Amino acid sequence: MISRTITKRITGRRLAAGVCGLLAALSVGLSPTPAAAGEPAAQSAPKVELTLDVSGSMRTRDIDGQSRMSAAKQAFNDVLDAVPEGVQLGIRTLGANYPGEDRQVGCKDTRQLYPVGPINRTEAKTAVATLVPTGWTPIGPALQAAAKDLQGGDGQRRIVLITDGEDTCAPLDPCQVARDIAAQGIHLTVDTLGLLPDAKTRSQLSCIAEATGGTYTSVQHRGQLRDRVHQLVNRTAHPVRTPVATQGAQQCAGAPQLKPGLYGDREKFAEHRWYRVDVKPGQELRASVSVAADRAVNNDYGVLLRASTVHGREIVRGSESGDGRTDAISTGLRYAKPPAGSSDAAKDAAETVCLQVSNSFSAPASVKTDPGMPVELAVDLVDGPHNASDPASFGLGRGWWLLGALVLAGLVGGLLWGWISRWRVTVWRTN
Amino acid sequence: MRSVRRLTTTIAAALVACAGLAGAAGTAAAASPSPSASAGAGADTAPTEAGTSFRTATPIRMDQRATAGASTGDYLYWVLPVDAGARATVKAKVTLPPPSARHGATTWQLDVYDGLRRRQACRYGAQTKSAAKDAASVELSCSLRTVRGWAEQWANDPLPGSYYIRLTVVDLSQEDLGQPVHAEVEASASDAGGAQAVDGKLSAPLVPGATSATPKPSGSAAAQQPAASDAPDGGWSSGWWSDRWIWTAVGGVLAALAGIGGYRLTRGSGRPAYLPPGA
Repeated sequence: MISRTITKRITGRRLAAGVCGLLAALSVGLSPTPAAAGEPAAQSAPKVELTLDVSGSMRTRDIDGQSRMSAAKQAFNDVLDAVPEGVQLGIRTLGANYPGEDRQVGCKDTRQLYPVGPINRTEAKTAVATLVPTGWTPIGPALQAAAKDLQGGDGQRRIVLITDGEDTCAPLDPCQVARDIAAQGIHLTVDTLGLLPDAKTRSQLSCIAEATGGTYTSVQHRGQLRDRVHQLVNRTAHPVRTPVATQGAQQCAGAPQLKPGLYGDREKFAEHRWYRVDVKPGQELRASVSVAADRAVNNDYGVLLRASTVHGREIVRGSESGDGRTDAISTGLRYAKPPAGSSDAAKDAAETVCLQVSNSFSAPASVKTDPGMPVELAVDLVDGPHNASDPASFGLGRGWWLLGALVLAGLVGGLLWGWISRWRVTVWRTN
Repeated sequence: MRSVRRLTTTIAAALVACAGLAGAAGTAAAASPSPSASAGAGADTAPTEAGTSFRTATPIRMDQRATAGASTGDYLYWVLPVDAGARATVKAKVTLPPPSARHGATTWQLDVYDGLRRRQACRYGAQTKSAAKDAASVELSCSLRTVRGWAEQWANDPLPGSYYIRLTVVDLSQEDLGQPVHAEVEASASDAGGAQAVDGKLSAPLVPGATSATPKPSGSAAAQQPAASDAPDGGWSSGWWSDRWIWTAVGGVLAALAGIGGYRLTRGSGRPAYLPPGA
């Protein structure tokens, strides 16, 4: 008897443990996994290059009573003290060395003051302290050189350009230079800070920022300069999903085959591009696209994303239009392919869906159309949805009308039932 | 009877053991600096930065007041999770630079996009507002439609998932470009209740990057769940519960009662009382 009880207890415990294990397994299986596929993979270190104008005009004393140069130096010292871990930082100057009048020479005057890499604060600060306002303002060449400094790796790159005047080295348009650099697909952003709020500087610097998806700030105070540079350097430290470069085709046949992920491309005005995605039965395709307005465009614009079969039948589309100032216009679509029959061949037969991205941007004749505008295309494939069989959740009812109808139906049913049983009793009695 | 008792003891034991385990796991999670734990700690303090694109949007939570310093002309992005059945309202406030530094009126706009980057309509709220030259701040708001659990793929109804908030100036005098501003956003949501509970369900909320690394036709739903930090507090709703269950159940009970009442009315009280037994 005792042994039987013990065995029973043991089996009971084992059962309990088993049930618990099952529950635990279920909860682990159902809980969201921390490492999802969408997380940015381990990337190379983000890089920033601070590009400082050291032209003669930086001597002007109009930033809180100090010279522009000393305000910039002070800001650099504060920022260098607080560079976030893992960010590689470099410093480049423009117009620091050649004091002469020769435009040819002055326009090549840009130098890397401190190489991009893990920062040694003392060395970097000493290098900054030696700077004396000297020469010309070759912004275009400095941007080109800075982009070269940041080469290597596939992390985020950022140029922080601090200047007090417009580029003095025409015909090389720094705005076009910035757009060309961005078109290389190296995830490079140029943020500009202007120390002089005049119209020409502002339009040139905001154009550079716009061309690369960066920001423009007009600096009037020392604290503002320091905070902004600090903010921009910190921004670089955040991990970001970077798009993979691809090139869409003019038609669906021969278009690149895309797997789930984030893609980058370029599209000219009124151009369209095609991509292909394989969707298996029971899967849902999610695609979103944004086209960035990286230059001056006309006021009304739009974007169309269309999913069609290889034979050209449109399945679903997403479209959006807008007007006025914008950084990008975006839209998206979902396409759930119904589950196939039971045969294995049908289950694995993927359908090729053609995605067409077209835009209706336009620009004044003076605006260059080449390279095209940046396109970002996100493709996701998930399990298909559980489609609704009824508008209401599980076909359940709700509200006073429902209650009234049910009570009425119940009452009528009860009355009938009672009447029938009474009639049956009477019939039985009489017989 | 014995087997029933044994079953109940087993279940009780399992529950106790599980509770112990879960407690242990909870303390372990709290003690170890796991990524989710640190994300949770970070979520308590409101973000003080904003992103500048869809990709770099700063994640925020419901009822959290996120702030950001920016320059006039920046495009500021935040992203927040909104679950099915929620009626979300996004509010933004922009503190403008001192009037002495400004040159004219500025117009600000608040846009909300869903997880597929589709622009979402506002039911009401001042989505675009102009600030006079001497205004100190401008306040914007946007109340979204009710988020549904499912919609046809051709519709652009709001679905559970990430929602992007974009705040920017859309009209300004060029002299005001690049001046410092301070932006605040806050989102809140009320539950729309069972009246809006629809049938059907998405397999995964509209969160960018929800794809599993190796998509399978019948892949496990767990592998496709997005990172925990993208989900609302308490996770995404499973979508099966709504107060329609209560209404329907109460309706059924009332119908049964009415049926019994009706039966008793017509059936009578049965055998008349004056008849002797056995007659």
